[in-house]
Amino acid sequence: MELYRSHVLVCEGTGCHCSGSADVIQKLKEELEKHQLENEIKIVSTGCFGLCEIGPIVIVYPEGAFYSGVKSDDVPEIVSEHLLKGRIVKRLLYHDHVTEAGIAKSLDEVEFYKKQMRVTLRNCGVINPEKIEEYIAFDGYRALGKVLTEMTPVEVVEIMKASGLRGRGGAGFPTGRKWEFAHNAPGDKKYVCCNADEGDPGAFMDRSILEGDPHSVLEAMAIAGYAIGADQGYIYVRAEYPIAVKRLTIAVAQARNLGLLGKNIFSTGFNFDIELRLGAGAFVCGEETALMSSIEGSRGEPRPRPPFPALKGVFGKPTLLNNVETYANIPQIILKGPEWFASIGTEKSKGTKVFALGGKINNTGLVEIAMGTTLREIVYDIGGGIPGGKKFKAAQTGGPSGGCISAENLDMPIDYDSLTEIGSMMGSGGLIVMDEDNCMVDIARFFLEFTVDESCGKCPPCRIGTKRMLEILERITQGKGKEGDLENLETLAKNIKASALCGLGQTAPNPVLSTLRYFRDEYNAHVYDKKCPAGVCHALLQYTIVKDLCTGCTLCARECPVGAISGERKQPFTIDQDKCIKCGVCFEKCRFNAIEKK
Amino acid sequence: METVKVMVDGVQVEVPKGSTILDAAKIAGIDIPTLCFLKGINEIGACRICLVEVEGTRALQASCVYPVSDGMVVRTNTPAVREARRVNLELILSNHDRKCLTCVRNQNCELQDLAERFHVKDIRFEGESIHYPVDDLSPSIVRDANKCILCRRCVAVCASQGVGVIGPVDRGFRTIIEPIFNRSINNVPCINCGQCILACPVGAIREKDDVEKVWTALQDPNLHVVVQTAPAVRVALGEEFGMEMGTRVTGKMAAALRRLGFDKVFDTNFSADLTIMEEGTELLGRIKNGGKLPLITSCSPGWIKFCEQFYPDFLDNISTCKSPQQMLGALLKSYYVEKNGLDPAKVFVVSVMPCTAKKFEAQRPELSSTGYPDVDVVLTTRELGRMIKEAGLDFPNLPDEEFDPTLGESTGAAVIFGATGGVMEAALRTVAEIVTGKPLDDIEIKAVRGIEGVKEAEIQLGDLLVRAAVAHGTGNAKALLEKVKSGEKEYHFIEVMACPGGCVTGGGQPIVKAKKRMDRDPREVRAAAIYDEDRDKPLRKSHENPEVKKLYEEYLQEPNSHKAHELLHTHYVARQKY
Repeated sequence: MELYRSHVLVCEGTGCHCSGSADVIQKLKEELEKHQLENEIKIVSTGCFGLCEIGPIVIVYPEGAFYSGVKSDDVPEIVSEHLLKGRIVKRLLYHDHVTEAGIAKSLDEVEFYKKQMRVTLRNCGVINPEKIEEYIAFDGYRALGKVLTEMTPVEVVEIMKASGLRGRGGAGFPTGRKWEFAHNAPGDKKYVCCNADEGDPGAFMDRSILEGDPHSVLEAMAIAGYAIGADQGYIYVRAEYPIAVKRLTIAVAQARNLGLLGKNIFSTGFNFDIELRLGAGAFVCGEETALMSSIEGSRGEPRPRPPFPALKGVFGKPTLLNNVETYANIPQIILKGPEWFASIGTEKSKGTKVFALGGKINNTGLVEIAMGTTLREIVYDIGGGIPGGKKFKAAQTGGPSGGCISAENLDMPIDYDSLTEIGSMMGSGGLIVMDEDNCMVDIARFFLEFTVDESCGKCPPCRIGTKRMLEILERITQGKGKEGDLENLETLAKNIKASALCGLGQTAPNPVLSTLRYFRDEYNAHVYDKKCPAGVCHALLQYTIVKDLCTGCTLCARECPVGAISGERKQPFTIDQDKCIKCGVCFEKCRFNAIEKK
Repeated sequence: METVKVMVDGVQVEVPKGSTILDAAKIAGIDIPTLCFLKGINEIGACRICLVEVEGTRALQASCVYPVSDGMVVRTNTPAVREARRVNLELILSNHDRKCLTCVRNQNCELQDLAERFHVKDIRFEGESIHYPVDDLSPSIVRDANKCILCRRCVAVCASQGVGVIGPVDRGFRTIIEPIFNRSINNVPCINCGQCILACPVGAIREKDDVEKVWTALQDPNLHVVVQTAPAVRVALGEEFGMEMGTRVTGKMAAALRRLGFDKVFDTNFSADLTIMEEGTELLGRIKNGGKLPLITSCSPGWIKFCEQFYPDFLDNISTCKSPQQMLGALLKSYYVEKNGLDPAKVFVVSVMPCTAKKFEAQRPELSSTGYPDVDVVLTTRELGRMIKEAGLDFPNLPDEEFDPTLGESTGAAVIFGATGGVMEAALRTVAEIVTGKPLDDIEIKAVRGIEGVKEAEIQLGDLLVRAAVAHGTGNAKALLEKVKSGEKEYHFIEVMACPGGCVTGGGQPIVKAKKRMDRDPREVRAAAIYDEDRDKPLRKSHENPEVKKLYEEYLQEPNSHKAHELLHTHYVARQKY
């Protein structure tokens, strides 16, 4: 085994890849060769570190220097200064990574990581996901070995039940019970499926796990296969995740090569293999029955349950379906024991949860926290607060199926049940922070627009009902709201929730119901006062010129695309409201804050 | 039988295990409304009209597909259930082209029934509707997506036919049921069977209406307009006038046609008897001369197109006999005109068929052996019903009249063509007598009757053991052909009818609503009437038909003669699917 004096970890997750990490790696290779360092320093392509917004991220060990926003132009300096001369390039260090004395802190000391607990993301950003040996070096496939050689399938199911793990895909169904159903289902052929059709806007934890630690999912699926008596697994992954697909493909091949998938695994007589199925980007295919229908090659549409997949799933056979993040927990649970896992989290929600932080927040990215962490800790400690010191208004969780957490619940410990109680849901873990500049009616409209677009069209409540809700919301945000609209919205919402065929439809009204619950005043303002308090809904805004502040510089009049602004030079200008199209150009261009928007 | 106890609205019922809540409620005396449900064909729980509360479940459940379990408690009439059903109905209505007055399904529409049942007076959730062009390019089927409520019944029935040319395209609010690549139904391998029309709860699919062409012909003093009626029409036409399913109206139908102004009223049953003579002879010839076997019947134009598209390897197996409709048409424009000194150019042949595929068949260019199309216009049973209504005839009270002579006489063997297995039974009645010289002990061959998808019979005729099979519904035919193809099964003679149940439930027959179908299977009820009609006939074997005998004596000489081939036989060609 070669020994290197230094390891350079470069994130090659989708986020950093998009901001140019491939170029950074290429340049690193060139520079190392130039300095003849290629035998001393090893470049490791890893998965995601979590701070996607400030990528590409490069970490140099043994120093643990955490460089952010690295461009390929920065590489020569890193190589010649840090790698050659041992001088950390301070200007490239992540801002919170430097002590006041100018020394690089340990990563555990960085606010972003301090309150996190990385269980499912433990290997992301640590190992090279394209090398099975690196996974094995971090205890990979030991859990599978343990299960196959020391446990009966029933014991595995019992461990899962004892751990208290619940499905991370959204609904939070107890994983152990699901395994038990599939284990008990009669049938000589069974399937294990992995739902990697992550589709909530802004959520990308499953992608990161697949990109950063694909073997953890393969290992868990094999364990599940043993527990329920299946010899075939399918991973249903969206085709829009090309890096994940590539790494999964490599991982499956490597695991087969080493006999960790295929026939007679660990010489125990257990057979298990995995195939990938690529989804074509329909959100509804994340719904379990639609996903299975799509695996079978049919149109991805849900079907009524019962029969449940545990009894009749893929090709009519008993099928176990869990999502990526759920699986990623399992090898750890086997190795460290269910008690360890159950010791993390709250009474009914054990373990950790990964959230994709987005919206009005300083640290955009992926965070993994113990269940029961408060929203305040996530937003202010880990997330670094709201940019511009603006006021927190709400956080949206659960994507288009979820709802809003308002400021009054900032200190509520987050778990499955607390979120459901306040009308939101865990969902897959998207967490979008909103400040005072966000219009909640517009947010509801945005999410509904998404569901309307993604409805499969099979049942009328979802196909037509969500469309009618959207039409009402569009009217409201365009200032055409009328008496009865809010009541009709509520009637529709309530009935779609009760009567849609699948989870997508049943939860589609949640963003509306939850904003109506916490921000009804804002709806009323739109409908009855024709005002958008947050100043977002264009049709409801009025741009006026504050006479005292206007210098008569003529800039706004020149920029106005419809010639709605006029006035005498060096005198206050005025806006003709009949002509104004509310595009906001004057507001943006005015250098004297003389344009008022309300 | 294992049973479970279920409580429905406080009424305890014991039902077979595997029943649905819908079944159990019915036993409890509760009629749960349904819309997308079509028993045995479309069981997908999509329309959300049949919702009920099941104790212990979160959301409302679709009772049509929800299996009962022991001790289950169901509530079908709570405020939540009523409101959900009503909201869903209003939503469907909000996106439906509600031009009921001018709709072909006015007063025979399952959506209209629901609107009435729920007393919908106001639709709270009006909004955008997408407007689609009507697809009327097919000679048989017209599709109007503006009326479609996306219940998928047509999709399911098309798939069960083994054709599968329509399906959901796009998604969400833009979902539309249509053929691939926005094509017309006329430009895909649709077999024109019209089962989709029978399945449609609303007016989104209908037959191509040719009534006006017939009125015009009837008005034309230069035309000699004759009509022929298929066997299955006489046991269904009465339903268009509120008569019981399975009422036989043969005489009233002849009377009505005469009153509508047709110069002569003939019977396709005549040419059904003739078909037996031609096809029976062809079968014996093939057996004797080592010809291609199994021989497969050719009466069903839906089946013919199915075979041309999906099983061209079997085209040589199909009897060269034209269908009875075309045979009669060809004789009308030859034998009949010659006998009566008429100009074939001025003879206009209308046929009344239980079938939409017959409209396509009549347009086949090869089916014009006299130089004129054998048949000029095909009406379905439903279209004839509309003409009779428009003319103001009091159909149920019309006197019984006879068909006109020369081409109007028929035997019981001909009328059973209308039910699945009928052609087989009729053929065996005659073939047996030709081969053995004596009639069958029992001419009612029960093995080939009934609604089993594929039926088999073995009949010993002297030294010859004839192995026969009957398939109805092209889906069943497909399964049967696959077995023949693989060598798993060997037959001498196969009857195929494109429509499940045969012609009695052909795509042109009166539409029976899904709810009613659950109580009374029209395939069985109408077939029973067909067999009654057979039993009441003085002559029950095709070769005994005196007019057919006379036709051979006067004109064709003998079955499969040169002249017979010229007029009564045809050929088939493999068709590209796409």
